[in-house]
Amino acid sequence: MEIILFYLTATVAIISAVFVTQCRNPINSALNLITTFLCLAVFYVMLESPFMAAIQIMVYAGAIMVLIVFVIMLLNLGLAVKERYTHGIAGAGVLSALILFIANYFIRAGEATGTGGSVTSEVISSYGHTELIGRAMFVDFLLPFEIASILLLVAIVGAVILSKREV
Amino acid sequence: MTPEVLTLSQTPWLFTGVMLVKIIVAFVATLLIVAYATYAERKIIGRMQTRMGPNMTGPKGLLQPIADGLKLFFKEDIIPSQAHWFAFILAPMMILAPAFISISVIPFGGDLQFTYDGTLYAVPMQITDLNIGVLFVVAMAGLGVYGIVLAGLASNSKYALLGGIRSTAQMISYELAVGLAIVAIFMLSETLSLRGIVAVQQLPLWGLESLSFIPNWYIFCQPLAFGLFVVGSMAEINRTPFDLPEAETELVSGFCTEYSAMKYALFFMAEYANMITVSAIATTLFLGGWGGPFYGWINFLIKVFGFMFFFIWIRATFPRLRYDQLMFLGWKIMLPLALVNIVITGIAILLW
Repeated sequence: MEIILFYLTATVAIISAVFVTQCRNPINSALNLITTFLCLAVFYVMLESPFMAAIQIMVYAGAIMVLIVFVIMLLNLGLAVKERYTHGIAGAGVLSALILFIANYFIRAGEATGTGGSVTSEVISSYGHTELIGRAMFVDFLLPFEIASILLLVAIVGAVILSKREV
Repeated sequence: MTPEVLTLSQTPWLFTGVMLVKIIVAFVATLLIVAYATYAERKIIGRMQTRMGPNMTGPKGLLQPIADGLKLFFKEDIIPSQAHWFAFILAPMMILAPAFISISVIPFGGDLQFTYDGTLYAVPMQITDLNIGVLFVVAMAGLGVYGIVLAGLASNSKYALLGGIRSTAQMISYELAVGLAIVAIFMLSETLSLRGIVAVQQLPLWGLESLSFIPNWYIFCQPLAFGLFVVGSMAEINRTPFDLPEAETELVSGFCTEYSAMKYALFFMAEYANMITVSAIATTLFLGGWGGPFYGWINFLIKVFGFMFFFIWIRATFPRLRYDQLMFLGWKIMLPLALVNIVITGIAILLW
C-alpha cells in the first residue's frame, strides 16, 4: 500500500519537476513547482516526520511560492521571456548532464556509510516528532540556530535599508 | 470493559465504513451550514438594516439558498478568451478545497461508543487526529491564498489583478500574526493535536480545584491571543472590515470579477466555508471545543454558530479599512502584540 503510494507520488513529483523547466508560461512553472513541494510534503509524512511536512507546506508552498507568484503577477512576463531566453537551453542542458555525471561518479566512488542513527520509528512514536526537532534545535544545536537567526535578522535589516530612500 | 480503538489492520471493513460515514456526515453538514449561512447572513443583515431579507422562496424564504444554487448551476459558464484557462478553472477549486480539508482535523465531540460483533468500540467524533493538527490547519490556510492569487492572475483583467495583489499581501501579513497567536496556545497545552488541546481545556481553570466549576478555556488565560486570532482570521478570510480584495466600490468585484455561474458560486461557498473553518478552529483552540453543558457536538455547533453570528454582525456594523490602515494594523500592531504575548506566556510558564 505504502509502496504504491510512494511510486504514485514520486511519479507526480518527477513529472511536475520536469514541467517546471519545460513550461513556457511562468504561471504554469510556478504551479508545477507547488505540486512538487506538495509531493515532497507527502514524502516527509511517509518518513514519519509530519512536522517537516507541515513546515514544508507552510513555508515553501504557503509563503515563498506565494511571493514568487506575486512577483510573476506584478511583472506580467508572458511573451517577453519566451523569446529572449531560449538560447541558454543547450548550454544549461550540457551543464546539468555534466553535473549529473560528476555526482554519479562521486556517489559510485564513495563507500556506503552506516545507515540509521539514534532516531528510529520507535523513538519518534514515543517522543513525538515535533518534540525531537524542538530538542535538537533549542538544546543540542542552540548556538548554530541562534547564529542562523542573527544572519536572517541582518538580511532583513539590509533589505529594509536598501528599499528605503531615506534611512 | 475498556473500549477498543478501531484500526485499519484489525478490522479493515468496519474501519473503512466508519471513516466513510464520518467523512460524509462532516462534509454534508458543512455544505448545509454553508448554504444556510448565506441565508442567515442576508436575513440578519436585513434585520439590522431594517429591511426584510429574502422572504419569497418557500416559507420565510428558507428555500432561497437552494434556488440561488440552482440558478448559478444552470447559468452559462464563461471563460474569457484572454484568460489563462487552466489557472482560471483551477482557482475556484484551490480556494474551496483547503477550506474543506481543514474541517477534517477538528474534533466535533467526545468518543462515540458502539458494540459490533461482541466488542465495544470507541470512535472519536473527528475525522482524523493528526499529531500536528494545528500546523495542518495553518498550512491549509496558507494554501488557500493560491485560489485568490490564481483567480486574479488568470482572469487577465485589471480589477481582478488588483484584487489578487491586495489579497495576497493581506493574507501573508495576517497569517503571521494568526500563527504567532496560536503559538502561545500550544506553549500552554504542550501538544499540537487539536484533540489534546480540547482535553487540556476540560481541566479546572488555571489548575485551581476551587475554580473547578469553570473550565480551563484558553480564552481566560490568553485573551490577547484570542483577540489577535479573531481579528487576524477575519482578515485572512477576507470578511468585512477587511474585504479589500473584493471591495465593490473600487474594484467591481475584485478577484472574482471575471467569474460567472458555478465558479462564482464556488468562490462564495469558499468564503462561507472559510468562515465555518475559522469559527470551528477558534472554538477548538479558545472556547474548549465540544466541552460544555450539553451533549458533545451540540455545544460545538452552538459555539461555531455564535462565532458566525459575530462575523455577520461585524459585517453589518463596520466600514471597510483603508489599505494603509490594514497594513499598519497587521505589521505594526498585531505582529508585535503577538510576539509580546509569546514572551509573556513563556515567562509565565517559567514562573509557575
